[in-house]
Amino acid sequence: MLQQSSSPNWLLFILLGLLHPPLLAQGQVELGIDEYSDIGLKGPVDNPVTALDADQTKTSTTDHAKLKELQGPFASGPEVTRACLSCHNQAGDQFITNKHWTWRYRHPVTGQQLGKDYLINNFCTNARGNEGMCAQCHAGFNRTGPDYDLSNQENIDCLVCHESTGTYYKLPPTRGNKACAILFEGKPPIDWAKVAQSVRLPSRANCGSCHFYGGGGDNVKHGDLSSVLFHPPRSVDVHMSEEGENFACIICHVGEGHQWAGSRYQMIAKDEREQALPKPGMERETATCESCHGDRPHPASLRGLKLNDHIDRIACETCHIPAIARGGVATKVDWDWRTAGRLKNGEGYREEGYIQGNGEARHTYKSIKGSFQYDENFPPVYRWFDGTMYYTTIDTVFDPTKPVEINFFQGSPQDPNSRIWPFKRMHTVQPYDKGNNTLVYMHLWGADDAAFWGNYDFAKAIAYGMEELGVPYSGEYGFIDTYSWWPQNHMVAPKEQALRCGECHSKSGRLAELKGFYLPGRDRLPWLDGFGLFLIGGTLVGVGAHGLLRLFLHRRKR
Amino acid sequence: MPVRTVRIFNGFERFWHWSQALLILILAFTGFRIHGYYGGISFDRAVSVHTIAAIGLIVLWIFAIFWHLTTGTWRHYLPTTQGLWPVVRFYAWDIFRGKPHPYRKHFWRKHNPLQAASYLGLKLVLFPLIWFSGLAYLTYNFWQQGISHPALSWVATVHVATAFAILAFLIIHLYLLTTGGSFRHHVAPMLTGYDEVELTDVELAYLKQDEPHRLKD
Repeated sequence: MLQQSSSPNWLLFILLGLLHPPLLAQGQVELGIDEYSDIGLKGPVDNPVTALDADQTKTSTTDHAKLKELQGPFASGPEVTRACLSCHNQAGDQFITNKHWTWRYRHPVTGQQLGKDYLINNFCTNARGNEGMCAQCHAGFNRTGPDYDLSNQENIDCLVCHESTGTYYKLPPTRGNKACAILFEGKPPIDWAKVAQSVRLPSRANCGSCHFYGGGGDNVKHGDLSSVLFHPPRSVDVHMSEEGENFACIICHVGEGHQWAGSRYQMIAKDEREQALPKPGMERETATCESCHGDRPHPASLRGLKLNDHIDRIACETCHIPAIARGGVATKVDWDWRTAGRLKNGEGYREEGYIQGNGEARHTYKSIKGSFQYDENFPPVYRWFDGTMYYTTIDTVFDPTKPVEINFFQGSPQDPNSRIWPFKRMHTVQPYDKGNNTLVYMHLWGADDAAFWGNYDFAKAIAYGMEELGVPYSGEYGFIDTYSWWPQNHMVAPKEQALRCGECHSKSGRLAELKGFYLPGRDRLPWLDGFGLFLIGGTLVGVGAHGLLRLFLHRRKR
Repeated sequence: MPVRTVRIFNGFERFWHWSQALLILILAFTGFRIHGYYGGISFDRAVSVHTIAAIGLIVLWIFAIFWHLTTGTWRHYLPTTQGLWPVVRFYAWDIFRGKPHPYRKHFWRKHNPLQAASYLGLKLVLFPLIWFSGLAYLTYNFWQQGISHPALSWVATVHVATAFAILAFLIIHLYLLTTGGSFRHHVAPMLTGYDEVELTDVELAYLKQDEPHRLKD
């Protein structure tokens, strides 16, 4: 039902293609590389509800526009940061331990070394070695390579999270191949003093200008984080909508000292501790639904009580996020790197092949990345999940005859700490080290002759990437199927759009794939149904025969 | 022995019978919907109606048990072999030869022996089974111990199996209304309360003396 919503777009595209054969043959062809040139705030800066600045004249004791330290002139970001840290003299120490700065995270349960500085995903694969591009979304300045000085606090980018004019922007730290020049064109200069004086707690415009564009474009990666959330209609996100609560991200992602809750690396799949600390007004730094709604959120009606009975087994998101990528912006669901590198007249190009819900075209082919498929307003995949994410990292040796799970997790109906969660499942065919059976670091960005973006040679780009980062490489690459799993937490729909019971409690419902527990309405014991129907059928035949015999003999007697 | 038209089903008994019948039909309809045999009503509506009807039936049963015990009417269901054989023979053989039903209702024996035995089985086996499995189903969250408990499938199995058996009872119950006299003849007493019953002289004297309103003429 939900999946059909994207098919009319395909139909339209095919019809258009039939009318214009060249369009069908190759879509809209554009030359050059424009990755991330369209990221950032769309529309006006939002003025959301945050903890402090609902009404700044009452809640804040400082008007930053009047501070002499912020009158400028400033010539660069680090100069502004120096001014910030001259008053906020703990902020730097706090922030340099934050993931947004380190891109490093040691998982407390699995012990795995995670973070963007190490991980390989199944989108653009690796930030490590490609910082010249990817660190456009690093919360610091001048991160051009893996040897970045994490102790240099002047490189912290306070503005990207705190400015409120909407005029601030970040560019890739290096310029890359000449084909990427388009990325740097036509940008107005930043008025550093003006943006520095505008600081406040982060709004959706701040967080969203990076997080809504993860994976190389609008909603590419997460499925539940798109530019729609800058100003979402209530039907897309009941919390963040200006027609609803107008929440900033930090209303849920709470924290202190520049550390905040809600990382996907270690999630709270089932939040029962909230009930242990229900002291009124007591603060607790978790981003779970339960941290506000408690674990008995439904009304005390017969139906509400039954719904509350589900909370220990079903994540809130499972029923309250009925579909992924709502509101008109699609997400990538399939990526094939094998087709990357095709050229037209010696140059890379792009093809549009998908019209998303808001009418905008999305690229279905890029020479620099390969072929993609999109989807929007589609049902998640449901899995038991205990909150701990494991990753296939660069040093994981895998069996190449099976698809590789980029991230994976545990959970079962017999585990009291697991619940059924909704996921976006991303499928990709991406390069791997055929000799060592590991993933690879690819060298995508650079002004050299090995960077894939500009030279389009996998062999060179992989060899360079592996050597640059000191990872053993067999010298031979292949392509392998990978999956990654993205828990869905955002785009919580209004309650009237929550899933109806029958969506799962039916034979081929949303939970049809999940086995190992009895789900009323879905599960039937074949022998029981056989017995029951035999009993009922036998009874009917018995009384029928008895009745007919009576009738027959009665007539004959007459 | 005199045969008189006597009120054998009083008001509560008739209310009990018909409201129980209605609740069982509602429970069967919503129950097999929940089991997944058909649609027509949403799963959550079916669950809500099923739960309310079940609670209603439980309350009705508590009153009915109290009534049976305090009025002594439980004695109607005492199993007996006396007169059982002619009844069995009637349904298996004599009915086809157009013979009349061998059993006449008595004042303290409203049901024929076969009927009494099957009602007793319904009340002592099938109803408790569906009750207890239903209550276990309803209170699942109090005993699941934080996991998706495997015993739920056994609870559901007992519940559904009993439901099938009760449905089979219902079919036979309805069919038997067509035997040994007219359909109307069978249904009327449960509507009006009155039926023709063989009375002993003592019973007749008692009714005339103490409960004359139960005698029609």
